[in-house]
Amino acid sequence: MDGFPKGSVGLVEAKTQHFDTPLPLANGRVLSEYDIIYETYGELNSDKSNAILICHALSGDHHAAGFYSEDEKRPGWWDHYIGPGKAIDTNHFFVLSLNNIGGCNGSTGPLSINPKTGKVWGENFPTLRVRDWVETQKRLADLLGIKRWAAIVGGSLGGMQAMRWSLEYPDRVKNCIAIASALKLTAQNIAFNETARQAIMADPNFFEGRYSEHNTIPKDGLAVARMIGHITYLSGDGMGEKFGRELRSGSFSLGCDDPLEFEIESYLRYQGTKFSTQFDANTYILMTRALDYFDLAREYNHNAVEAFSHATCKFLVISFTTDWRFSPERSKEIVQALLHAKKPVTYAEIESSYGHDAFLVPNKRYNDVFSGFMANIAHDIKRGES
Amino acid sequence: MRIDLDIIPSYIKDNQDILDLGCGDGTLLKLLRDEKNSNGIGLENDHDKITECIEKNIAVVEFDLNKGLQQFDSNSYDIVIMTLALQAMERPDHVLDEMLRIGKECIITFPNFGHWRARLHLMLHGKMPVSDLLPYQWYDTPNIHFCTVRDFEALCIEKNISIIHKDMVSEKNISSFLCKHHPNLFSETAIYHLTRN
Repeated sequence: MDGFPKGSVGLVEAKTQHFDTPLPLANGRVLSEYDIIYETYGELNSDKSNAILICHALSGDHHAAGFYSEDEKRPGWWDHYIGPGKAIDTNHFFVLSLNNIGGCNGSTGPLSINPKTGKVWGENFPTLRVRDWVETQKRLADLLGIKRWAAIVGGSLGGMQAMRWSLEYPDRVKNCIAIASALKLTAQNIAFNETARQAIMADPNFFEGRYSEHNTIPKDGLAVARMIGHITYLSGDGMGEKFGRELRSGSFSLGCDDPLEFEIESYLRYQGTKFSTQFDANTYILMTRALDYFDLAREYNHNAVEAFSHATCKFLVISFTTDWRFSPERSKEIVQALLHAKKPVTYAEIESSYGHDAFLVPNKRYNDVFSGFMANIAHDIKRGES
Repeated sequence: MRIDLDIIPSYIKDNQDILDLGCGDGTLLKLLRDEKNSNGIGLENDHDKITECIEKNIAVVEFDLNKGLQQFDSNSYDIVIMTLALQAMERPDHVLDEMLRIGKECIITFPNFGHWRARLHLMLHGKMPVSDLLPYQWYDTPNIHFCTVRDFEALCIEKNISIIHKDMVSEKNISSFLCKHHPNLFSETAIYHLTRN
């Protein structure tokens, strides 16, 4: 046995697939060619009926589970829930996780070269909508011979992709799992995204998105954008429990004039700075806009019930009590529309103090609900095979 | 198997859409799926029971029934079921109205407080009855609106609700004859299949 923790998928490797069939986008533009980077865990069965698609959220990528090397300290972003014996059990499922186009982790995005100009796309990269990602994911499925996903799973923006799939390609999804997601963002939610974007754009190194040409990055702006996001992904109580008013440095003693810093300031700055060198600012703008633009029911007369009437899969919807960015109310709207549309839906509201981030964090009840639902899917696949 | 759950499938036709209010661990919905090919969904508030439903592959929605059922469309289910939970509702009469609004028919079961043992308990001890089926004290019981078979049928008449089927049952076989002839005295659980006139 290798040195990886129990329940880990172990060593993983990313693959890149090039597509040269032009992709018509929702905004009318066409992406003439593009790359998709992805990882897979577990084995595809003979009739290719055990495939699970993982859709990532705003700043996620294809590295959802396992390690790239024995030295890597942190596994993929959803390692708590993907692996042998875990909720998405790689003993039963073939799991595919990709980086969406527009991303900055290996799939074609603003950092890639525009083949028409020979220059970095930068701010000229087309704006994308969730349905564009669904289309690229479908093309990858076609290439791998996956006719029908056993489940499409996603948290937050990922849940939006899973739901869009259920309407665009109903006969290609058996189960749709939308965690901490929404039918559309609220005005408040768009407001947070816009504030984050303005922080990036206000950075003097942004150069209207052409920072690559100037060999720089809008580091400070992206750091602030991440800090704003981070605040909204945590709950007030959770933040209070973790940081309180503890001081990182300085003192309030009378006569003491040392610089004061609260723990929360230090933490947010650390998170912001770390993110600002790992993520691309244009991708951040593009992804937050895709979030803002998403409205599941827009082309169904703004009627979510009518929208879901096109779906044929089963649904699992999960929300978290302290998530105020994608609150339980938003999930209940999904559930209500599904109930009205007479679709099989299971819903659980999980107690957690982790806010929106809860969907990434270990939690017993979350795991029980998620594992239980996935076990039924595995059972159905086994029955189909025999 | 709880005795009311044994009888309910006999009321139900194949392939019906069913909403089970307070579906518990999903036993009834599973039974109806297996025996009647029902298309069922359950509402439940208890976390452990929700997990048990999921383990049975029953579609279950976490839901607090006391918050009301306004969000459900009228006539959207063939049958709305509530077993042994009516007495725990804040307004059982409103729940009954709602069940018959949402469902074309409804099935309700409740513990009959007119059962002779409950009466005897109150008469002999002068204290609220505590039994195996209803193990709570008066102050901690979730069952806040007890009724008897007679009380319930009076409400049905007042609301112009027709009874399609009813069964009065007791865990002990010996009581079945008595249940039939003196339901308000001998049945432990009352089962009603109702519709609007």
